[in-house]
Amino acid sequence: MQLIFERSCNGRQGFRLPQSDVSLAEGLPKKYCRKNEANLPEVSELDLVRHFSNLSRLNFSVDTNFYPLGSCTMKYNPKFTEKVASLEGFAGLHPLIPQLLGGGMLAQGSLEVLYHAERLLSEITGMAAFTTQPLAGAHGELTGVMLISAYHKNNGSLRKHIIIPDSSHGTNPASAAIAGYDVIVIPTDKDGFLDMVSYKKALNKETAAVMLTCPDTLGLFNPKIKEITDLAHSVGALMYYDGANLNAILGKCRPGDIGFDVVHLNLHKTFATPHGGGGPGAGPVGVSGKLVDFLPISRVVRRPDGTYFLDYQRHKSIGYIAPFYGNFAVILKAYAYILALGKEGLIEASENAVLSANYCLSRLKGYFEVAFDKICMHECVLSASRQIKQGVHALDIAKFLIDKGFHPPTIYFPLIVKEAMMIEPTESESKETLDRFIEVMIEAAKLSETNPEALHLAPLTMPVKRLDETKAAREPNLRWKP
Amino acid sequence: MNYIPHTDKDKQEMLKAIGVKSVNELFKDIPASLRPKSFNIPQGKSEFEVMEQLKKLSEKNATYLTNFIGGGFYDHYIPAAVDALASRSEFYTAYTPYQPECSQGWLQAIYEYQTVICELTGLDVSNASLYDGGTALYEAAMMAVRLTERKKIIVDSGVNLIYRTMLYTYTSNLAIEFIETPVVHGQSCREDIYKHLDDKTAAVIVQNPNFFGAVDDFSDIVEKVHSKGALAIASVYPVSLGILKSPAEMGFDIATGEGQSLGIPLSFGGPYLGFIAVKKEHMRQMPGRIVGETLDRDSKRGFVLTLQAREQHIRRERATSNICSNEALCALRALIYTSSLGKRGLQDLANLNYQKAEFAKFTLDKVAGVKVKRSAPTFNEFTLELSKNADEVVCSMINKGFACGFPLGRFYKGLDNYLLVAVTEKRTKEEIVNFANSLEAALCS
Repeated sequence: MQLIFERSCNGRQGFRLPQSDVSLAEGLPKKYCRKNEANLPEVSELDLVRHFSNLSRLNFSVDTNFYPLGSCTMKYNPKFTEKVASLEGFAGLHPLIPQLLGGGMLAQGSLEVLYHAERLLSEITGMAAFTTQPLAGAHGELTGVMLISAYHKNNGSLRKHIIIPDSSHGTNPASAAIAGYDVIVIPTDKDGFLDMVSYKKALNKETAAVMLTCPDTLGLFNPKIKEITDLAHSVGALMYYDGANLNAILGKCRPGDIGFDVVHLNLHKTFATPHGGGGPGAGPVGVSGKLVDFLPISRVVRRPDGTYFLDYQRHKSIGYIAPFYGNFAVILKAYAYILALGKEGLIEASENAVLSANYCLSRLKGYFEVAFDKICMHECVLSASRQIKQGVHALDIAKFLIDKGFHPPTIYFPLIVKEAMMIEPTESESKETLDRFIEVMIEAAKLSETNPEALHLAPLTMPVKRLDETKAAREPNLRWKP
Repeated sequence: MNYIPHTDKDKQEMLKAIGVKSVNELFKDIPASLRPKSFNIPQGKSEFEVMEQLKKLSEKNATYLTNFIGGGFYDHYIPAAVDALASRSEFYTAYTPYQPECSQGWLQAIYEYQTVICELTGLDVSNASLYDGGTALYEAAMMAVRLTERKKIIVDSGVNLIYRTMLYTYTSNLAIEFIETPVVHGQSCREDIYKHLDDKTAAVIVQNPNFFGAVDDFSDIVEKVHSKGALAIASVYPVSLGILKSPAEMGFDIATGEGQSLGIPLSFGGPYLGFIAVKKEHMRQMPGRIVGETLDRDSKRGFVLTLQAREQHIRRERATSNICSNEALCALRALIYTSSLGKRGLQDLANLNYQKAEFAKFTLDKVAGVKVKRSAPTFNEFTLELSKNADEVVCSMINKGFACGFPLGRFYKGLDNYLLVAVTEKRTKEEIVNFANSLEAALCS
């Protein structure tokens, strides 16, 4: 498709500004003005609308395709939450309003949303308090690690390292390192769990925290989780819960009850806010009682009369981690979703997500190697290691799925599973959809034996065939030029 | 509502295929001792009930005030086409475009967005977005630390206090030395910057227009910064780039900023859009996703995520940044907004903002008890010195229907009588005149 810049025609405009109703001021002195114009595209409104409408049609999305991208929880995003977020009373509110003298009373609606969202998330996870400020999951991780370091500093020493399993999301070690910690990586044992011997060896008085995903990225719930937590606490380390996989356990267990001290959630996963082609997300962080004082400012506080205000007078706080109160519109959508589902709805979400994942696993394990053959939680990890013998890789199977109208599972993650294919069907997909997907996966497995070339050629039905990623990285072309 | 399609029959068939009797069996790995101590969540509601409840809450927010507050976050008009196109769910219900063949729409849009940011800033390379202007500035500072292998950063105090505070929070364990230099007569104090600038300096950070609204030509500073082998970083307001000298024209190495003004609603602070652009030689130290053009097997043009060896999912603890989710949908809005305006439109918009603000300055200057600070030229925001405490004036103006500006005493010591006022293209002459009259009344009472 043409680029919007290639559609540009000198003199066209898609939008008319209001006529100036003030007398012409003298212009800005020349030394402050640009000489080279910003070469923005010049298109009519129809050109604009057609361009972006047609571009949108080149995407797979939850609304058009099954999207079982493991670890990403691509569940249905209810439409009414979009409508809520666009209400003028929410969308039009300037974030500095409550920072004016008496301005808090002008933002009571939004402050109430934040306060109640924090309370609900605290109850869902069993934490003492939440901050809604982190702007994405990884941003929540960084916030969480900074809270941990503030806690240790307050007790006299920052400590040196953070323990992370080799099956973790890449953001975990990246967040720990950016906050100034060394990372100690623990291998996974033969059952798919944290290797306890290595763990115990690594754990000492210099351990600031242990970062875990639970259920882990293999889709398994570690039955030794309590022992791991207790061991960490016994040396004064804190436990960090990566909430990427919370959709598996709503109402079934709570990180706070297990003994986790810090939790981040991905509202764009478990709480059904759309992922927007990469974002915005929201990564609220919950903490146990001993960390509450360190939460970022400001905090939304409820007065005895039922009104709300922003508290900035918190001397132990780590400070500002976001300009304001988080990705408010995203938090609002998640709040609306939680209100609609309620207690039973949340529990049913997890039960059905786990049911669907196990259904996919049970029907596919005869055709593919399984990373760990046991009951899984909300996602299952298969491997194309059997297909490799015919020269077929996870990538080839992924591309074949695209031709059949399915977004592929996450592939090559977790890194510890060879040729991994991580399938997360979520609770919102019907059995008919799952069955069609399973049939196509089985077809791919069979084709890998009879006609592997067909898989190597895929996809054939998309706007482009397989793309040369090496060329893209070696000869970077990152912007259009006339 | 629960948005779950499974009927009882479906569930029975699925359980049978799995070989278990009940859903509870699937959760057997969670020991009884770890079951929730409580789960007190209210009962679910219908869509109608939740809509009504939240509509009522939204009405408690005072969005009816005539808005003259900016402070880095501006009330610009958003064309309907931006909402209509960004609301296409083929965009907003997609994930990060990991599989390029079925994500060409998103990848092309990001490539186009990167081009827009390069055009606005004049720099060579941008990315698929960062969270907001503050985290973008932090990422830029960390790029400078890595590139120069130095740990001292000079920050002009005309940089938004919120962003400065964020910088200090994020780097609190990293032994980075920050030095704040003062603003004198509205603009950056050269003398003070040069006094601190040395061969240990990683970067000098400034903002244009600065928090007081003043615009500057930083070319002289940038030249001195480069002579010490340090990098020059500017945080900029993208709408102002319709007329203001671009970061590249002043020689900056890195430009960042808050993209909210490009078609993104104020929404009480987010989601917003952090943008970043750098000189080509710094490309491999960039944070975040980057889209590049390439060819498919038939030599047809296509787009992919590229230079991924920088990123957390490959490089883990050695990544340039931990960012994963970004603000792609906000970047799309900015792309649609700037494409809607076009080359002339952005210039006209910037001029209109400038003119309205100049008219407001002219009008407010005549109000008894108001002194417009004129030591430096401004874009669409400026500083007033009032005869009364600005906090109290703001409070009494709220009763007259105006969000009349941001009291600078909140962020700067000793500026209790100073008010920061923003005027966008949405403010009419009549509103500005009424504002001046109400302010006069507020100051007299």
